[in-house]
Amino acid sequence: MNAFQRMNTALMVDEARQIFKVSRQAFVDPDILEAERARIFDKCWLYLGHASELPKSGDFVTRQVGGRSILFARDAKGGLRAMFNTCPHRGAQVCREKHGNAKSFQCFYHGWVFGLDGALRSQPGEASYAPDFKERSTSNMQPVPRFETYRDFCFVCFDRNAETLDTYLGPVKEYLDIIGDQAETSMTIVGGTQEYSMRANWKLLTENSIDGYHALTTHATYFDYLKATNGGLVPVPLEGAARDLGNGHAVLEYKAPWGRPVAQWVPMWGDDGKREIDRLYQGLVTRFGEERAKRIALYNRNLFVFPNLVVNDIMAVTIRTYYPQAPDFMTVSAWALAPREETDWARKYRLFNFLEFLGPGGFATPDDVEALEQCQRGFRNATEAQWNDISKGMGKETPAYDDELQMRAFWSNWNKHVFAASA
Amino acid sequence: MQNITRDDVEDFLFAEAELLDEWRLPEWLELFTDDAIYYVPSTDVPADSSPDKNLFYVADDRFRLSERVKRLMKRTAHAEFPHSRTRHLVSNVRIRSRGDSEMEVAAAFITYRTKDGVTDTYFGSNRYRLVTDNGRLRIKEKRCLLDSEGLRTQGRVSIIL
Repeated sequence: MNAFQRMNTALMVDEARQIFKVSRQAFVDPDILEAERARIFDKCWLYLGHASELPKSGDFVTRQVGGRSILFARDAKGGLRAMFNTCPHRGAQVCREKHGNAKSFQCFYHGWVFGLDGALRSQPGEASYAPDFKERSTSNMQPVPRFETYRDFCFVCFDRNAETLDTYLGPVKEYLDIIGDQAETSMTIVGGTQEYSMRANWKLLTENSIDGYHALTTHATYFDYLKATNGGLVPVPLEGAARDLGNGHAVLEYKAPWGRPVAQWVPMWGDDGKREIDRLYQGLVTRFGEERAKRIALYNRNLFVFPNLVVNDIMAVTIRTYYPQAPDFMTVSAWALAPREETDWARKYRLFNFLEFLGPGGFATPDDVEALEQCQRGFRNATEAQWNDISKGMGKETPAYDDELQMRAFWSNWNKHVFAASA
Repeated sequence: MQNITRDDVEDFLFAEAELLDEWRLPEWLELFTDDAIYYVPSTDVPADSSPDKNLFYVADDRFRLSERVKRLMKRTAHAEFPHSRTRHLVSNVRIRSRGDSEMEVAAAFITYRTKDGVTDTYFGSNRYRLVTDNGRLRIKEKRCLLDSEGLRTQGRVSIIL
């Protein structure tokens, strides 16, 4: 019996005494990772991409999602398709480019040609096949079992019997609406993908992405920098709330002193910037009224969608997803999201803002990477130094953005999935 | 710029590499003009892309570059404290074009970074726009084009490439 089989929980919880601890075995044990693959990544809705990445018929991207190779394409009628990128004949990956535009997809191995919808169109030596061969569904590229979208966020699920995306997301939709409503037309992914990796367990990035507690220490140099950029900050205190959205999802919603290209002006943007920000804000008020406009414009949101999607609506909007490759290694992909109709000025400052803080060349993310890798190193002591403590704010009725409610929401749901069979 | 030879350019780039490897970053910053830019584009956009319209890894103007240097010299730049050891190798140096006041230079690079028993390799090409200032070469633009697929496995650009 391995260590995982002996466990029936990774948590030590005592609400009355405000104890919430997570076993460090959960970050290092290969059997845990196998269980996560089967019970989380094979069962939950996973982010595939954004509809704006495929503006025209024939546009496609190939992507690794939940350990699968997926071809995501816009078909001839303008519909979105998500299919397994494997030839029904002998299994080769059909599309080998990361992105592009195609009229059809051809497997180079034996030359089978598929339509944008994955249907077999022709294959060399057709006469040698049964007359109805092309009519058989098994001759086509296989669609993913479930593919659904919400406000252009496209998700797949490998469990045919899973609840609908709508039900799965639940209260998360309200936050995707707030982000989607920032555009008069629609939101779009900006060109350029940040692809990176961390020598750390994937759950560390889940925790870190919704951890308000580490900001001032881990990112001390970022705050130094903002203070140095004469006019980079406004006197808005960093404060707000954490919410458990159910199903393991969570959000932090808070005010912060940095500029938001949605509508929080900072002096370094000057008079031109002030006019632009005022115009954007008035647009929000006209469309949604004062109260909702304020919420959209002045509040930041770190939104976590179980198990591995983070949408940060902060000084820019980032979409980030990540997967375990080994207990101590993950790959990360991140994109910038922006209103399609945004002016050149706003787009430029949005991306400038993004790079200051976010991403593996920013003034903050490299320190997050370091922190997570140092945790993973610390877990070498997991046999003796066994527990992580995430009890901060347990006694409070309304936990703050820098408490740990959101991590407990993740871990409770994680535990339910991973140990369901033995519970 | 007509009298500047490839030897001059190579000496300049080798000296730049030495400053970076010795973590003499404030001196390194002095190689740049006051209106200089330092770019590391993401690897799925064309080489001449603009950071105003595309998501990059790094897109610094001179001010942000000086702040990057300030940051990297602090103990609180956790990603680089203690400093990693690096070796910047510069090769295949070519003068691509030459005007009266500015020249374009291409060079291949390999940079090794070692910390905590792990070595990362960054490789690609650097495109420079160089000018002269009181007879000294200075950098007006450094555009670092990574050949790797993103930053896998390097994970971050916490050093200057």
